[in-house]
Amino acid sequence: MDFLSQTWHWSISGFLIGMVMLCLIYFGKTFGMSTNLRSLCSLTGIGKRVSFFNWDWKSQRWNLVVVLGAMMGGYFATHFLSSATNVSINPGTILKLQKLGIDAPNGKLIPDAIFGLDVFHSLKKIFLLVFGGFLIGFGSRYAGGCTSGHAISGLSNFQLPSLKAVVGFFIGGLIMVNFIFPLIF
Amino acid sequence: MNLIKYLVVGFVFGVVLTKTEAVSWYRIYEMFQFDSFHMYGIIMTAIATGVVGIQIIKRFNVKDINGLPIAILGKERGTFRYWIGGLIFGLGWALVGSCPGPIFILIGAGFVSVGFVLFGALFGTFIYGYFKDKLPH
Repeated sequence: MDFLSQTWHWSISGFLIGMVMLCLIYFGKTFGMSTNLRSLCSLTGIGKRVSFFNWDWKSQRWNLVVVLGAMMGGYFATHFLSSATNVSINPGTILKLQKLGIDAPNGKLIPDAIFGLDVFHSLKKIFLLVFGGFLIGFGSRYAGGCTSGHAISGLSNFQLPSLKAVVGFFIGGLIMVNFIFPLIF
Repeated sequence: MNLIKYLVVGFVFGVVLTKTEAVSWYRIYEMFQFDSFHMYGIIMTAIATGVVGIQIIKRFNVKDINGLPIAILGKERGTFRYWIGGLIFGLGWALVGSCPGPIFILIGAGFVSVGFVLFGALFGTFIYGYFKDKLPH
């Protein structure tokens, strides 16, 4: 069972992610994670004031169940299938991170410099996390989808709008790591 | 139970994204530095699998689980919203290293500080909804 705790090869996981999307299509649904953010907003009853949230979100309850399953999967994988050899990224990348003052993975999924528990004592770190989330939430709704909805679902169905969105994702990402990271870290 | 199958699909999704480290901030950074093929391999294999599956569904008129024809809706036409929305999303994706799926997966895995990212994402979604009609699409 050792192979399960190693980093899964991209071809296996890519195939399984494609199958997840096809399963949802077979169930008569669509694969898109950011819709759940809209559902969660609507769940608060805000739809009475903002019409964008006054929609049939209850028909999207299945998607919230997918999210619940994904959270359980994340728990299971990190607690029972992890190994100290995980996240062995390119040594060159680790050097670049060092220059930014960001700790090397050493088996961790996310860096302490950004997500460590000391964020609770640092307004700057909290601001970065909330702001990053804000860009993700605002951007995905503006673009009408995220990595799952556009990059996977949309491109699999040869959708030109999705290609524009995905090119946008990459331009944004490249600007962030090349020009903005040196300013904030 | 009707909803169990969604829980199972979600569970598989969560395990796969965690074990292939697509939920890892490091992998996203490495991808945007072009230092590894890993993330590109995942995305391209997922798309290739999807293309084959969708073509099979279309050519053979595969019915869904309830016996209904499968209609895969196209995305709305437009340009501005996709470029600009995509760009904004990409800035956030690279900054916190997670897209909407991984935000939930990481919280499930017990990374409490990702809760701030979720809060921001919900707030961003709300602000979009509030200003939707004033934004160019």
